[in-house]
Amino acid sequence: MQQTVDQKDRYLSAFEGFERRLNGKSASPLHTVRRAAIARFAELGFPTTRDEAWRTTSVAPITKVAFRPATGYDPQGLTAGRLAPFLFEGLACSQLVFVNGYYSPELSSLRALPEGAQAGSLAAILASDPEAVTPHLARHARYQDHAFAALNTAFIQDGAFVRIPKGAVLEDPIHLLFVSTARGEAIASHPRSLIVAEADSRATVIESYVGPDQGVSFTNGVTEVVAGENAVVDHYKVQREAREAFHVATFHAHQGRGSKLSTQSISLGGGLVRNDVVVALDGEDAEAALNGFYLADGRQHVDNHTWIEHVQPYCTSRELYKGILDGESKGVFRGRIFVHPMAHGAGRGQLLVDAIQSNPNLLLSDRAEISTRPQLEIYADDVRCTHGATVGQLDENAIFYLRSRGIGLEEARQVLIKAFADEVLNLIQVEPVRAQLERLVSQKLEAGRRARGAR
Amino acid sequence: MLEIKNLHAKVEDKEILRGIDLRVNAGEIHAIMGPNGSGKSTLAQVLAGRGEYEVTAGEVTYEGKDLLDMAPEERAREGIFMAFQYPVEIPGVNSAYFLRAGLNEIRKHRGLEELDAMDFLALAREKLKLVEMDEGFLRRPVNEGFSGGEKKRNEIFQMAVLEPRLAVLDETDSGLDIDALKIVSNGVNRLHTPDNGVIVVTHYQRLLNYIVPDYVHVLVKGRIVRSGGKELALALEEKGYEGFEAEAVKA
Repeated sequence: MQQTVDQKDRYLSAFEGFERRLNGKSASPLHTVRRAAIARFAELGFPTTRDEAWRTTSVAPITKVAFRPATGYDPQGLTAGRLAPFLFEGLACSQLVFVNGYYSPELSSLRALPEGAQAGSLAAILASDPEAVTPHLARHARYQDHAFAALNTAFIQDGAFVRIPKGAVLEDPIHLLFVSTARGEAIASHPRSLIVAEADSRATVIESYVGPDQGVSFTNGVTEVVAGENAVVDHYKVQREAREAFHVATFHAHQGRGSKLSTQSISLGGGLVRNDVVVALDGEDAEAALNGFYLADGRQHVDNHTWIEHVQPYCTSRELYKGILDGESKGVFRGRIFVHPMAHGAGRGQLLVDAIQSNPNLLLSDRAEISTRPQLEIYADDVRCTHGATVGQLDENAIFYLRSRGIGLEEARQVLIKAFADEVLNLIQVEPVRAQLERLVSQKLEAGRRARGAR
Repeated sequence: MLEIKNLHAKVEDKEILRGIDLRVNAGEIHAIMGPNGSGKSTLAQVLAGRGEYEVTAGEVTYEGKDLLDMAPEERAREGIFMAFQYPVEIPGVNSAYFLRAGLNEIRKHRGLEELDAMDFLALAREKLKLVEMDEGFLRRPVNEGFSGGEKKRNEIFQMAVLEPRLAVLDETDSGLDIDALKIVSNGVNRLHTPDNGVIVVTHYQRLLNYIVPDYVHVLVKGRIVRSGGKELALALEEKGYEGFEAEAVKA
């Protein structure tokens, strides 16, 4: 604990500087939340491996770096050309670009939105119409027991704000592109996003976290999604930060009655990565699908913590997280399903909870590791909760079968690895995103194969 | 085309094949029969090149080449095909993709042009008729969710597409009802030409009513204890393997 005191102080004094820059705006209700969050962070400090939720992920490397907090929009010399590799070819979408957490008007491009819909900078809406935000912002993502979420909440300033009004259908997806730079300077950013899909609306939102520079950066993002009654939200998060990057992100969705949410988290980049995905099914007949794919090699460390809360009856959750670990990489998966006590009433003769979770992992190297742990906490009857985790190498029988038909050994291995990944990548409904990710995954696998061959 | 001499093989320190001699010429159908545990499936697996089996003695010459020196894929490219007793399910790998990849490797090896997706489809459609399979099979993942009969028909379909010089059918009859057995046998018979050889590994005589062998070999405890014509299979059906097991003990 003593060790991290200095590092904690660094963030506490950064907060003081941040407060001074806010001038008169520090009287807002939001600032009360920020103050509560920094106070909570001061109590919590950075987690250590003695904390249950961080047992297998040490954040010490993050706390050792003296990051400069990003304090405002600075384009850092970024051009559309440099961002081109991070776009989805052929995807017609509104694109909001954020540089180290701050909205870039010149790099962003908006398409026509349905009437009454909003997509833009959170800072702008906080300045112009805070009432649109306060009912939701920081109401869902819990920071009381999560130091990084507390830190993000304390530094709330900019990020994306998307609101789809009641009954509206967003035709083109919205792409939120968060760029972390590392141009000779280690920067910490805390992008904060809020996506509100009101009753009966439909929207697809893609978040990309990317790093065009080689170098150390620290992104600590929080995204809150509020899905109103019967809203349909498809969410994707693609993490392609630089190899040296630290990436910590919390996604929190709150679902109303009859809403359908799918969220897919794909993690390819970063050196030390931690994702927390929390979904609260807080209305009858809500459905959630949580999918994830992580592909790590070298010394990458990728931790996915998911937490599904079945609060109201007759909800369904489906979860498929798949991982491929090569080199000396390490993967962590913890899948928590929490079923709240539920009143039966007359009942519908239907399961109160229908939850299926699965976490298959493929290890391509003897030195790669995975730690996988389901955790079911059930305080209601008439539920179905199943989970399954597997850790394995490629199926020797399948390799032999392919070879017996003339396919070479290395090709057979690649076919099977690809098939393992495709099961989850094929769940991506936005074709240009799926195609792009398939290419990226193939490229990374190919690089891994060459590295193996070289050893 | 195939000559096996004094073949010994073991798996996990257990000797299973204890001196097999067998010669198969082009145009011939050989049946290998034997009780459970006699080593007949091991023989098929060794010919296909499965790594778990260690050949401890003997040699196998195929078309004048040392077969045991070849990787499984090289054997396939040289024209050997094994129909699996337990075809493997491969989720996520499309059947058409899988088979075209295999076929094109074999065609490359033979100096033929690779087939594109269209030409492959035309060929596959033709061959599917042989085993009375629906075109929908091609779009499904390899063997995934197939019934036992579908899997066996799929093996013969693959054989039809790959056109092997030597086909080894490993208990292709097991788990088949009589209709499926007829379809599978009919497929094998139509693929049999004076240029290729077939080795049928089976426990039961039943299959040999449909695929009529030129030679029958009785395998017991890792050795061929008797060879004869198709009438040997009928004798086996009547008397069972007991008498031959006694012979194996004496030998």
